[in-house]
Amino acid sequence: MDREYEIVVGLEVHVELKTATKIFCSCSTAFGAEPNTQVCPVCSGFPGALPVLNRQAVEYAIRTGLALNCEIAEVCKFDRKNYFYPDLPNAYQISQYDQPICKNGYLDINVDGKHSRIGIIRAHLEEDAGKLVHQGSITTTTYSLVNLNRCGVPLLEIVSQPDMRSGAEARAYLEKLRSICLFAGVSDCKMEEGSLRCDANVSVRPKGSSKLGTRVEIKNLNSFRSLERAIEYEARRQIEALEDGEELVQETRTWDEEKQVTRSMRSKEEAHDYRYFPDPDLPPLRIDREWVERVRASMPEMPDQAQQRLINTYGLSDYDANWLTSTPQTLEFFDETVKHYPDAKAVSNWMMGDFSRLLNQNNMEIADSKVTPQYLAEMLRLIEKGTISGKMAKTIFEEMFFTGKSPEEIIKEKGMQQISDQETLQKIIDEVVAGNPKVVEDYKNGKEKAFGFLVGQVMKATRGQANPALVNEILKERLMRE
Amino acid sequence: MELYELTCHELKEKLDRKEISSREITQAFLKRIEQVEDQIKAFVTITGDLALEQAEQYDAGEPVPGLGGLPYGLKDIICTRGVRTTASSKMLENFIPFYDATVAARLAAHKGIMLGKLNLDEFAMGSSTENSAFYPTRNPWDLDRVPGGSSGGSAAAVAAGEVPYSLGTDSGGSIRQPAAFCGVVGLKPTYGRVSRWGVMAYASSFDQVGVVSRDVRDCALVLNVIAGHDPKDSTSVNQAVPDYTSFLTTDIKGLKIAYPREYFQQGVDSEIRQVVKNALKHYEQLGAIVEEVSLPHSEYALPAYYLIAPAEASANLARYDGVRYGLRDLQAENVVDMFSRSRAAGFGDEVKRRIMLGTYALSTGYYDAYYLKALKVRRLIAEDFQKVFADYDLIVAPTTPTVAFRIGEHTDDLLTLYMNDILTVPVNMAGLPGMSVPCGFVNGMPVGMQIVGKPFDEGTIFKAAYAFEQTTDYHNARPNLGVSK
Amino acid sequence: MAISVKQVEQVAYLARLELTEQEKQIFTQQLTAILEYADKLNELDTEQVEPLHHILPIYNVMREDVVQPGPPREETLSNAPLVEDGQFKVPRII
Repeated sequence: MDREYEIVVGLEVHVELKTATKIFCSCSTAFGAEPNTQVCPVCSGFPGALPVLNRQAVEYAIRTGLALNCEIAEVCKFDRKNYFYPDLPNAYQISQYDQPICKNGYLDINVDGKHSRIGIIRAHLEEDAGKLVHQGSITTTTYSLVNLNRCGVPLLEIVSQPDMRSGAEARAYLEKLRSICLFAGVSDCKMEEGSLRCDANVSVRPKGSSKLGTRVEIKNLNSFRSLERAIEYEARRQIEALEDGEELVQETRTWDEEKQVTRSMRSKEEAHDYRYFPDPDLPPLRIDREWVERVRASMPEMPDQAQQRLINTYGLSDYDANWLTSTPQTLEFFDETVKHYPDAKAVSNWMMGDFSRLLNQNNMEIADSKVTPQYLAEMLRLIEKGTISGKMAKTIFEEMFFTGKSPEEIIKEKGMQQISDQETLQKIIDEVVAGNPKVVEDYKNGKEKAFGFLVGQVMKATRGQANPALVNEILKERLMRE
Repeated sequence: MELYELTCHELKEKLDRKEISSREITQAFLKRIEQVEDQIKAFVTITGDLALEQAEQYDAGEPVPGLGGLPYGLKDIICTRGVRTTASSKMLENFIPFYDATVAARLAAHKGIMLGKLNLDEFAMGSSTENSAFYPTRNPWDLDRVPGGSSGGSAAAVAAGEVPYSLGTDSGGSIRQPAAFCGVVGLKPTYGRVSRWGVMAYASSFDQVGVVSRDVRDCALVLNVIAGHDPKDSTSVNQAVPDYTSFLTTDIKGLKIAYPREYFQQGVDSEIRQVVKNALKHYEQLGAIVEEVSLPHSEYALPAYYLIAPAEASANLARYDGVRYGLRDLQAENVVDMFSRSRAAGFGDEVKRRIMLGTYALSTGYYDAYYLKALKVRRLIAEDFQKVFADYDLIVAPTTPTVAFRIGEHTDDLLTLYMNDILTVPVNMAGLPGMSVPCGFVNGMPVGMQIVGKPFDEGTIFKAAYAFEQTTDYHNARPNLGVSK
Repeated sequence: MAISVKQVEQVAYLARLELTEQEKQIFTQQLTAILEYADKLNELDTEQVEPLHHILPIYNVMREDVVQPGPPREETLSNAPLVEDGQFKVPRII
């Protein structure tokens, strides 16, 4: 039945801009400080305090806008969005209502070889709210505590067109958006720290229909995986409801990570009325084109350009190129390694294989690991020369990953040098053949397995350091002479 | 003459000549406060000990020119570090800021002596100081009458000799109207001339800190200290501050003064009109060119103001939610009740009324009809002034349509009360500087003449005000207060 | 334009002001009177007039991105009705 329906997804993404100070005051934005130690009268909403706009936040917004192919507004202003909540000290959030700083952009995604262009309606600057810690769950608690450290951290809210048709596309969009923001250098985009947040608007409609179905907003999406799963779940739920003749309600639902379901958030009857109006404390912005061009000129290579370069220069696949451009650190590591070891495919295989696995297992990022591009290149060269085997390399790489030692050093320390010396191997093989007459006999009688046993004996005698290809070669020759 | 009757520049002369000390001046004013405050009720908080300490420090240190060593009072909406700042609201009865408003910091850095915090209509909403949550302030010229508002305490304290000068704020006439009612000089500078940082916001696009003083020279001395760019206020303009005393000359030959016919029509007391007309004649005699003009949209300023200002106020006062400071209903079991009950208990009627009005004017379905419409009218009003100022240096008009009314006279008639601002509000709508100068009496009560200038041209206002003052005697009149021992 | 008691209740909720029955009645009358007075603005044709958002002709007021230390936490919390663990304490949200 799913085939008769089309899933329609739009995302609202909040990206925390990595300014040193908050958007309207000079308090630090550093993550993880003691509660309420990074606040001042402005960001904690004391009487008489006034906002002053952070130039860097505007510049980051322009940068992001350019990276997302947006038009940058010539004039824009800030508005107050009014609502009461204990984590919103002024009881209004300074945001941009009808004149966002960026609009009409797009980004391209590629899911299983299918390219799609996802429209971006707008991106606007606003301030973050504080944090509420509930004693117990939000429903059972008797009280909550308010920490305003995060209050006033600059956010860019990026609103996509409802152009995505699956959870996978939504995930690809968010991943792409993340890598663009990382390449543009505007945000850390750490979902676990909340510097990248995403709400999804999901609806379904009969295939071929151009009318949008009833839209459900999903909140509490804390990872790429939960975004994908929540959308798939929610679409299925909606389709089933429609099939059962139920009417869908426009509502906000939350993703329950544990149960892997979306749940309706108790929506109060009250319709929000945010009463937006221009903030009289903040004069409007006139963004002259010179500023925009200056920012444009300073833009580094973006993921799409980098991917194209990897494909054209090294003949890498779409998939590899996409993976290598997920973060600027990944790309930089690759580029640097290839400088020292030009077999790009081998480099990319190692990065996507063991390197990536170790990073994931240890919940680390490239910068956290100690291995350098030079050492990876050196290791690859040693494999190529036959100094070490592929299997040994795995052990060596893991050691490099944690200790930052050079492959040479590790090989020396562990006595891991591969034995590729003909004479040495010849001698060992002679001994093995002489010591296992019965097995040699079996081999001659056509028992293929016997060969494997003899190789194993050679490896055992050399504590695994014998060059396997060479052992095969010499042993075969030796047995023929037998 | 008693010390408390002197102007700042007179006191300063004596202080500089070491005839008296800052401590003696401060003591003289504290004594005066003791004698008359029971009748006037101009203060919310008196900081006598702090003042004496500051005065002693001044006497022990290097003299500071201008206003150094002289006492003053601040409207209690201007935050003062370590000194309770209430906005005359129950909401903030116990609020002690840990920061200074920029103007407070400037006066402190100038080695001024703060005598205390002055009463106002709660959160600057009102025209009589009857809306103070604590007590109404009385007019020194007639204790049964209001001193005007919202800076009623600031004006009454100067008129009664409790302070030589004070700061107030003016969003729709809140300095000029009480100055007129109390027979003192009141200046609202150009919007952007003086920092608003640390001044509790009522209507942000109108609010401006200004001066109440005995005479024009004092007013210039005070503006010299408080004017200027403040990087903490994005609407404070980065423009050089002239020495305003340099404009104090009596030569105004050729000065082009316009008087708008709409300000001399029905609704303005005929006796007041006559007093101000006489002042205009006086200007002609001094050599100014005086001509009638029209500000055709004047009558729309008040209704537009009473939409825009409450709209801004509804957001500005939303921060008083009982979480971080201020009155809190500790019984409430959930956040919505806590907000609603704390605010219900903390705010007075006028504040609630304006919050309600502003919330309504911004809400879905009414935004265009009320708020946006009012902003468009605001432009028409600003353009009216621009046209006149293309041909004239100043506009002169009455400050208020009546003299000070009786306490309780208008409490049941909101619109009549609001009408009191009809001649001052348009000036705030256009962000222009305006000064009220004493220009006569009607039935024993002072009358104010309003002088309005071009943006950032306070200098020309000072010039005209000074010329008038120095060739008349109104500024020397003092109310007769019975002194209680 | 007249405003109803029900509208007054809605507005009071939006503004988080708990009103007594009497206040609701009085505000309904008073707000109606003020809004009727405000209807005077409709005498003016403002179709072609741009709203005036900011009276000052200034733009692009910005500061540099340099951290300044804020006040010590005790000061930030010094006026708070209820504090726990260096944070503002509020009753439950729902």
